[in-house]
Amino acid sequence: MNRMTPYLFMAPAAVIIVITLLYPLGYMVYGSFRDWDPSQTIGETEWVGLRNYIVLYGDPAFRESMWVTLKFAFWVVTVEMILGVGLALLLDRNLRGMSLLRTLFILPMMIAPVVVGLMWRYMYHPTVGTINRWLKEFGFSGVDWLGQHALLSVIIADVWQWTPFIFILSLAALQSLPSSAIEAARMDGATNWQAIWHIKLPLMMPVLIVTCLLRLIDAFKVLEVILVLTEGGPGLSTEILALRISRTATEFRELGTAAAMSGYLMLLLMTLTAAMFIYTKLVERRAQRLARMVAEAE
Amino acid sequence: MPNQDRQHPAFYAVLVTLVFMAVGPICLMFINSFKLDVDILSGTSGLLFMPTLQNYETALCDVLPYEPDHLEYCSLKIGGSFTNSLIISIVSTALTLVIGCMAAYALVRFRFMGRDVASMTTLAVRMLPPAVLLVPVFGLWNNEFCIDKDSFVGELIRDTFGGRGDICLAGTHSGIILVYIAMNLPFVIWILQSFIVQVPRQLEEAARMDGAGPFQVFFLVVLPLIRPGLAAAAIFAFRIAWNEYLLASALSDRDTKTVPILIVNNMSEFNIEWGVIMATGMLLAIPPIIFTLLASRQIITGMTAGAVKG
Repeated sequence: MNRMTPYLFMAPAAVIIVITLLYPLGYMVYGSFRDWDPSQTIGETEWVGLRNYIVLYGDPAFRESMWVTLKFAFWVVTVEMILGVGLALLLDRNLRGMSLLRTLFILPMMIAPVVVGLMWRYMYHPTVGTINRWLKEFGFSGVDWLGQHALLSVIIADVWQWTPFIFILSLAALQSLPSSAIEAARMDGATNWQAIWHIKLPLMMPVLIVTCLLRLIDAFKVLEVILVLTEGGPGLSTEILALRISRTATEFRELGTAAAMSGYLMLLLMTLTAAMFIYTKLVERRAQRLARMVAEAE
Repeated sequence: MPNQDRQHPAFYAVLVTLVFMAVGPICLMFINSFKLDVDILSGTSGLLFMPTLQNYETALCDVLPYEPDHLEYCSLKIGGSFTNSLIISIVSTALTLVIGCMAAYALVRFRFMGRDVASMTTLAVRMLPPAVLLVPVFGLWNNEFCIDKDSFVGELIRDTFGGRGDICLAGTHSGIILVYIAMNLPFVIWILQSFIVQVPRQLEEAARMDGAGPFQVFFLVVLPLIRPGLAAAAIFAFRIAWNEYLLASALSDRDTKTVPILIVNNMSEFNIEWGVIMATGMLLAIPPIIFTLLASRQIITGMTAGAVKG
């Protein structure tokens, strides 16, 4: 076997990742320090240092957009985690149609976000939409979904699409738990709740944290659903950062500013990921210490 | 020991509600795509209506062999976009699989200098949001990744395809395909690694003893064994490429736009033609739905492999 073989296997992937992801990323950082519009090549642009970043930092609309992004990501991940894990705990039984059920549950996440937006836009429609029609049928008054409650509506649509993801992963984690631990707890007279709270959830924790992290990263990628549902409006109430970047770049044609926004988004993502990573390590270390203490006590 | 299959009735009620909530919106779109706008907007919800194919005829008017009666001219040209979507997602999926497979194999089976860096990089770029790529890719594809029109190759392409200016990646199928390969690679490499680890080393060694080179071992021994993993990875890669909107909209021109772009363009109009747009949405949703129904087990294995290993 040749020493070059692994490099030959890696080469195509490496070339594509460097040309299409890493080089553009560098290009973006470089462009964010420049006064750049689409008609210019980047060589012709003027170097403005940190100006784009500073201007954005002082821009209330941009801050609002940052805040909306954080709110959206927080609520989406929280609600989906609770619902998904809850459903997995509920449905972790010997059911006959379980595989069919799982198939139906993953349908929403396979469908294009654009189409998800389209479906929900119809259902949220103030007069002919399904939801308001039903509300009225039961004697409630209609809700102004995409107006007053736009952020909530957008969150609901995302929860609909992505809760199944967490459900499937938690269910897989649950079903791979050692049955001996749960059996032992049951023998000691633990109730269902106690078994869930003290045995199942702690044992699932590693998978749950990874799932949560994956979902968090994906929550920052969401754009199409919101674009189709509200186009960021009304006002700035649902204009997440990704949407603002694309609008700044394509509508206002301020590439430098959009690049700086992308820079902020990357910073935000990296901070959150790092924080979660450190938290995971802390949790792991605490679990190990606990295990050691138990071992020493015996 | 109580029978495991018998549950409380309330449990089944919850189950039915859940299924209804998961599939309901999709069914609603399906049903509405067979309704006339009058029926959709009239407020009589339910199943009492005359199903019609008119919406699909309107959506597909440029590929139908006959001219639908209700149309004066064909405005929504989904046929071309459909072809674009198909070309872009199939080619990008195939290339992603081949390239990703090889990389995953190298990362799992070989110890080499730079392996940790490569592994960490694929992991890190997985979190890149497409919106972050938008600006630089737009700039690069339009201005830098070009062939000069005065160069030999540039002249050759100019003479063959016509047009003015430099030949750039933006606006071509290959430009979009390249982005999709890059976007899917990290994920595909990640999933396939967990499948390749499970291939018994002895098989590879036996093949090598029989005189097979590393590439033969890879293509003839390893690849056939990880077929389920390949299926899962293929579905995920296809799904991303088929469904993606943002980068496609920035990089395509009139002739290369994909179906999601068509839908978004028609949604931002003041008067939405619900029936037609839902028929278009249905056409876009059908391939992923079919994949899900046929290969849900592979999808679930792939999802869990991708996450649990992390």
